[in-house]
Amino acid sequence: MGQLDRRHFLSLAAGATAALSAPMVRAGGHGKPRVVVIGGGAGGATAARYIAKDSDGAIDVTLVEPSRLYYTCFFSNLYLGGFRDMNSLGHSYGNLAASYGINVVHDWAVGVDRDAKTVTLAGGHVLPYDRLVLSPGIDFVDGAVDGWSVAAQNKMPHAYKAGSQTELLKAQIEAMPQGGVYAMVAPPNPYRCPPGPYERVSMVAHLLKQINPTAKILIADPKEKFSKQGLFEEGWQNHYSGMIDRIGPDFGGDEVSVDPGEMTLTIGGEVTKVDACNVIPAMKAGRIADIAGVTDGNWAPVNAQDLSSKIDGNIHVLGDACAQGDMPKSGFSANSQAKACAMGVRGALTDSSVFPARFSNTCWSLISTNDGVKVGATYEATDEKIAKVDGFVSSTGEDAGTRQATYEESVGWYDGISADMFG
Amino acid sequence: MSKLLMSIAFTLAGTGFALADAGGDAEKGAQVFRKCASCHMVGEDARNRVGPHLNGIFGQPAAMVESFRYSNAMTEAGEDGLVWDYDTLSRFAENPRDTVKGTRMSFRGIADPDDRNDLVAYLRQFSDNPADIPEAAPTTTGLDHSVAPEILSIVGDAAYGEYLSGECTSCHQASGQANGIPSISLWPEQDFVTALHAYKDGAREHPVMQMMASRLSNEEIAALAAYFATIDQ
Ligand SMILES: Cc1cc2nc3c(=O)[nH]c(=O)nc-3n(C[C@H](O)[C@H](O)[C@H](O)COP(=O)(O)OP(=O)(O)OC[C@H]3O[C@@H](n4cnc5c(N)ncnc54)[C@H](O)[C@@H]3O)c2cc1C
Repeated sequence: MGQLDRRHFLSLAAGATAALSAPMVRAGGHGKPRVVVIGGGAGGATAARYIAKDSDGAIDVTLVEPSRLYYTCFFSNLYLGGFRDMNSLGHSYGNLAASYGINVVHDWAVGVDRDAKTVTLAGGHVLPYDRLVLSPGIDFVDGAVDGWSVAAQNKMPHAYKAGSQTELLKAQIEAMPQGGVYAMVAPPNPYRCPPGPYERVSMVAHLLKQINPTAKILIADPKEKFSKQGLFEEGWQNHYSGMIDRIGPDFGGDEVSVDPGEMTLTIGGEVTKVDACNVIPAMKAGRIADIAGVTDGNWAPVNAQDLSSKIDGNIHVLGDACAQGDMPKSGFSANSQAKACAMGVRGALTDSSVFPARFSNTCWSLISTNDGVKVGATYEATDEKIAKVDGFVSSTGEDAGTRQATYEESVGWYDGISADMFG
Repeated sequence: MSKLLMSIAFTLAGTGFALADAGGDAEKGAQVFRKCASCHMVGEDARNRVGPHLNGIFGQPAAMVESFRYSNAMTEAGEDGLVWDYDTLSRFAENPRDTVKGTRMSFRGIADPDDRNDLVAYLRQFSDNPADIPEAAPTTTGLDHSVAPEILSIVGDAAYGEYLSGECTSCHQASGQANGIPSISLWPEQDFVTALHAYKDGAREHPVMQMMASRLSNEEIAALAAYFATIDQ
């Protein structure tokens, strides 16, 4: 393939979707094309970094993110289990600014004017854009769990955005009386990190087994089935036998209410007094996607090739907030989507090549010490959606060596994706 | 001074004798070396692969093999005075990442001290007289999978590889830092191509890598190999 230029090669190899390179576009009258990225998480940080890195200064990139330290949700369950400390989950934006020339603005985006192509920040600044990338993660659906609202999140934490919520939940679990009850209200589909609640149960069980071995774990679950179910149930049986009780929709797991004042959980009419209550409500795209008017229902529909919004082609929505098709809402997926989006944005704003997008995801979960499992798949862009091509999942009954290797691999992945997001 | 050098200095003070043969069995060491042979060659015609060849390593400072691009950590260890002998090689083989922090060598290590003694005794044979380096047993050379010559001869397009590499760097760090997931940076292209085809053909087990490789065409594998072989860290 040495002599063929690669654009040519690709158009031969991959057919019509390849080689969509556009001529150099300089947005109307002002100098460099401008990209604003809202949200510095798995999707946003990766997109900002790849757009800046691969365009070599040809595109002006501004990243808007209120927090100075991003605490990853991934591995926050391992913090609960005592396998990581909170500091090891925090990442700063210094390198994105210093090494990649990204303008990092610590503020909230509060408005998007799609006609004027501007973003308004809480501090009052207005940022013009040629392309806007939204990766705001999730917010919770109001009234999803009867009796719970964000105002009650200190009494009954969700810990589904990492940081102080996670620390609070751990403190409440540690403060449980001997033989007390930790309850989880699990979310309905679709939600961030399908195995996340069940990895959390495993890690909470691991913690309780050491400090409070007679404690019980109660899960109210509106779903019939859940991710890696066979693997988790096998692990719970092996490591935490008798400790965990899951109530599915057949027994009222979908009819739940809570009373944060009384610390009670009612499942299918039956009231239980609980000592720690982890409410993970139904989710929707981060609010700014609604404000920008790119949502349809709870999520923002996007085109598969470049994650551009189906409602406004100048806006791309990544990660948990978008409705893209078959990929699970995970950090790995957001990171993968961000690279396809970055390529599309560069192709649209400069004369760089655009190749057919490809996506992948692997989610590792830890069940107990050195007992790691994983599930993964690859995906491609079709006209309709991001479509699954092929996948795998760990098997039940694997030997200890395999499980340990899987766990060690997940630690390597954590370092890898962190470097890929923050440089 | 690195932890390794400190502990070596301590050993020297204690025994005064780090170059002493620890009494390993070179023949058994040849078996132990199988663990190393997917990356290192030793013996006649040995060349650099994912790792440097190991001929003549005894008595040499670390990071001395010409034309091999070592990690900064290994180069610095050599500059700081790390010299390979029975003791230092054994410690390194026990836990590479702990002994030279930042090495690109992705190897869990050999826990059994007898195995390490045997391994080092085996390696010692290839450091005597460069003129008569013994031929190594067949198990200690060669790649673990055979790939058709026309596939190996594809010239990879590094720029295309850079685009494709986004799929790799979600897990493998471009810097070559490795902890639980191996480094794939600065591998010889042939080794890179061979490894990916081994996954693609199902000869090497790993569910994630088999899945990723199954989607890559021969040209794409060559492109990735070309990019990672020359990656600017
Ligand atoms: C307990 C748990 C465990 C998990 N484990 C894994 C795992 O093992 N592997 C995995 O791949 N994934 C895992 N995930 C999922 C993963 O964390 C998310 O899927 C991923 O973070 C999604 O990336 P994102 O960019 O969409 O959102 P986020 O990473 O949440 O980033 C969104 C960012 O946007 C910012 N933001 C929001 N609104 C605004 C606004 N208006 N203005 C400016 N900034 C704004 C937020 O401050 C935030 O930093 C886990 C999640 C949880 C909760």
